[in-house]
Amino acid sequence: MLRVFLRGANTKAQKCLYGRAHPTNLQHHRHYTSGESSGAAKVVAVGLVTLGSSIGGTVLYAKWDPKFRTAVEKNIPYSDWLLGMALGPNPYSPVTAHKKQVELSQPPSMMTEESRSSKIKKEKNIKEEPSVSTASETTSAPVYSAQSIEESSAEASHIISAISEVPSVPAPHDTEAAVLTEECKECHHHGDTPVPAMVEAVDSMTEGPLKERPAEEVTARLAQQEQEDQDILASVSASLEESLASSAKTTLQAIGAQEAALQAIGSHTHKLKEAMEAEVPPDQKSAQWRDLETALAERRSTVNDAGAALLKARDALDSLRSVIDKAKESKVAAVQPLVLAAEENLHSMVVDLDQAVTKVQSAESEAKIVSQYTELVNEAKRQFQKELSSLTPEIQANWKGLNDLNALIAHAHRRIDQLNRELAEQRVREQVHIEAALEQQKLEDQKALDKAVHTATQHSKEEARLEQERKLSELREVMEAEMRTQLRRQAAAHTDHLRDILKVQEQELRSEAEQVLNSKMLEQETHYRQLTQEQLDNFTLDMNAAYARLKGMEEAIDSHVIAEEEARKAHQLWLSVEALSYTLKTAGSDLPTKPLESAVQAIQDSCCNNEFALALASALPEESLRRGVYSEASLRSRFNSLRSMVRRVALIDESHNSLYQYFLSYLQAALLFEEKQAMPPTQLTNEDLDPFKLLSYASYCLEHEDLELAAKFVNQLRGEARRVVQDWLTEARLTLETRQVVTLLSAYANAVGLGTTQAP
Amino acid sequence: MADEHGRKWDRCLADTAVKTVTGISVGIVLSVLFFKRRTWPVSLGSGMGLGMGYSNCQHDFRSPYLLHGNMVKDQ
Repeated sequence: MLRVFLRGANTKAQKCLYGRAHPTNLQHHRHYTSGESSGAAKVVAVGLVTLGSSIGGTVLYAKWDPKFRTAVEKNIPYSDWLLGMALGPNPYSPVTAHKKQVELSQPPSMMTEESRSSKIKKEKNIKEEPSVSTASETTSAPVYSAQSIEESSAEASHIISAISEVPSVPAPHDTEAAVLTEECKECHHHGDTPVPAMVEAVDSMTEGPLKERPAEEVTARLAQQEQEDQDILASVSASLEESLASSAKTTLQAIGAQEAALQAIGSHTHKLKEAMEAEVPPDQKSAQWRDLETALAERRSTVNDAGAALLKARDALDSLRSVIDKAKESKVAAVQPLVLAAEENLHSMVVDLDQAVTKVQSAESEAKIVSQYTELVNEAKRQFQKELSSLTPEIQANWKGLNDLNALIAHAHRRIDQLNRELAEQRVREQVHIEAALEQQKLEDQKALDKAVHTATQHSKEEARLEQERKLSELREVMEAEMRTQLRRQAAAHTDHLRDILKVQEQELRSEAEQVLNSKMLEQETHYRQLTQEQLDNFTLDMNAAYARLKGMEEAIDSHVIAEEEARKAHQLWLSVEALSYTLKTAGSDLPTKPLESAVQAIQDSCCNNEFALALASALPEESLRRGVYSEASLRSRFNSLRSMVRRVALIDESHNSLYQYFLSYLQAALLFEEKQAMPPTQLTNEDLDPFKLLSYASYCLEHEDLELAAKFVNQLRGEARRVVQDWLTEARLTLETRQVVTLLSAYANAVGLGTTQAP
Repeated sequence: MADEHGRKWDRCLADTAVKTVTGISVGIVLSVLFFKRRTWPVSLGSGMGLGMGYSNCQHDFRSPYLLHGNMVKDQ
């Protein structure tokens, strides 16, 4: 393609130059005669094709090699746009690498962000319920954790509060009551025996502090009393039980008899009623009458029995009452409940008995009424029979004749009339009779009511009395128990108080005695110590004085010697340092000084025991010792020759070091002009690190005899320029080091010398 | 160290000159012998010679900045 292009160009040139086509050339250009007319177009086409192919080749190769692509993008403007359009973004661009580095350098923050973003992405991606649940879980997890924390904290607080509540003081009322009941129980167990004993003891104590009954006597008396009480109690209880048992038996018997009597009376009355009212044939009537008689007899017997039993029961109850009264008189407290129980039993028995008796009496009254009625009926019957018999005695012999019958009927009529008259009379006197009867009945009722009321009041009075007795005994017991506890408490408090007082007194006395003893001892000791101390002090004083004087004299002499020694040494050191600094001056132009070894050796000999000087002497660099150092002037001249070299290679460094770069660098050196010497600023900026500027600064410093600063500036050169000045820099460093050490040494020597010289 | 630069340049130029001349001569020889006295072998030879010399010169100037690495085989 190039050849074609060249050929085309040649033909054009020849045409222009020679006008007509050269025959020899025509041979060559046979092929291309057809393309003569469109030569320009061909050239353009060829050019375009070349351009396109080159661009296509570049793009293809960039696609294959990313590094090439980055190089192209860096060097040719707008190529990145083109390549980006053709191939897509560059995966290997240094920008992304930088970004990755940046990312890597911030892992922690990014990690969290990424995790959060990933979480969010997860939540967004999953579009089913699990996502909601997970989200809710995650959201609820912290909530739950918070809740759990809250709950646990609440629980903890509850627990803490519960624990704090637990040791709370229980209600004092309960404890007191418990104590009281306990004490009461104790009192009950012990009986009332301790109380009188304690009372006695207290009395004896109050009488006089000397007379106190011995404990054994008290216990003996207490035991005796207890025994007596026990005996009384036993006897009383035995008697009570006996009488109770007997009275109960008799009462039961009486009640049984009464009930039997009641039944008998009832049956008799019933039979009588039946006999009176019922119309039975005569043969059975006699049987009925016989039954009635037997019933009557039975009734009589049972009533008698009941009466007897009642009397016996009443006797028994009376005896029981007497026994109870006797028992009441005794002073033993334990008997009281027994007595109370016996009284109650007695009362109940009496009540039952009275009830039975009243029942029997009511039955009897009813029976009386019925018997009265029967008597009246019998009387009437007999009267009738008598009249009948009197009127008609003969009728009984024989029933003949109508006259007898008519007489009978007439008698009957007359009787009827008489009876009617009586009835009328009766009717008239009815009201009066009824009133009289009512009055009588009222009286009788009143009597009965009075009697019943009386018995009822008796019973209730008895009951109330018993109740009162019972309550009284209970109260007495409670009071006694309380009194016992209070007395016991008082005694205990008294003993405690005594004990405490005794203890306190003992302590006080003991401390007093100890104090007195200690003070006396202290006095004696201090006196003795004082005397001994005085003696010692005097002696020590004298000794110290003599010793101090001796010491002073010795020290004065020694210090003199030392001072002279020091002065001599300082002299020597100073001399050797001077020698060293003189050797420095032996540097000729472009020739190093003599080796400093000998001078350094002299220094080291002269200051063998001075660490600072030794250290400094050994700090000199090896090169200076062996070979010597260059003077500043030689360095300066060398620098001037170096300068041009440095200018020429200013552009060359690790990355730019092809021959083309060399050419450019030479061009720059030829075209760029900088100041020979420029004053360096106090602070360097980035622009000041340009090699040309650095060279002018260094030159300025060298002209002003500041090798150090010049070396610093030269040190800032980079790349090939640095390599070129490396030697010079090393030499400059050596010189500087050596000079520094020598200055230090001379300063030190001067200081030492000044310090040790004594003013005249 | 400053002298080294000058020395390098001397070496470089000498070397390039030698190579170019050699290339030209070889080109001439080839052109005469095989390619019917065309000019292109000469220019080829001279170009090759120049190129070699240039490359050598560049390598020489770059030599302080070249890094040499050794491959370590794990065994």
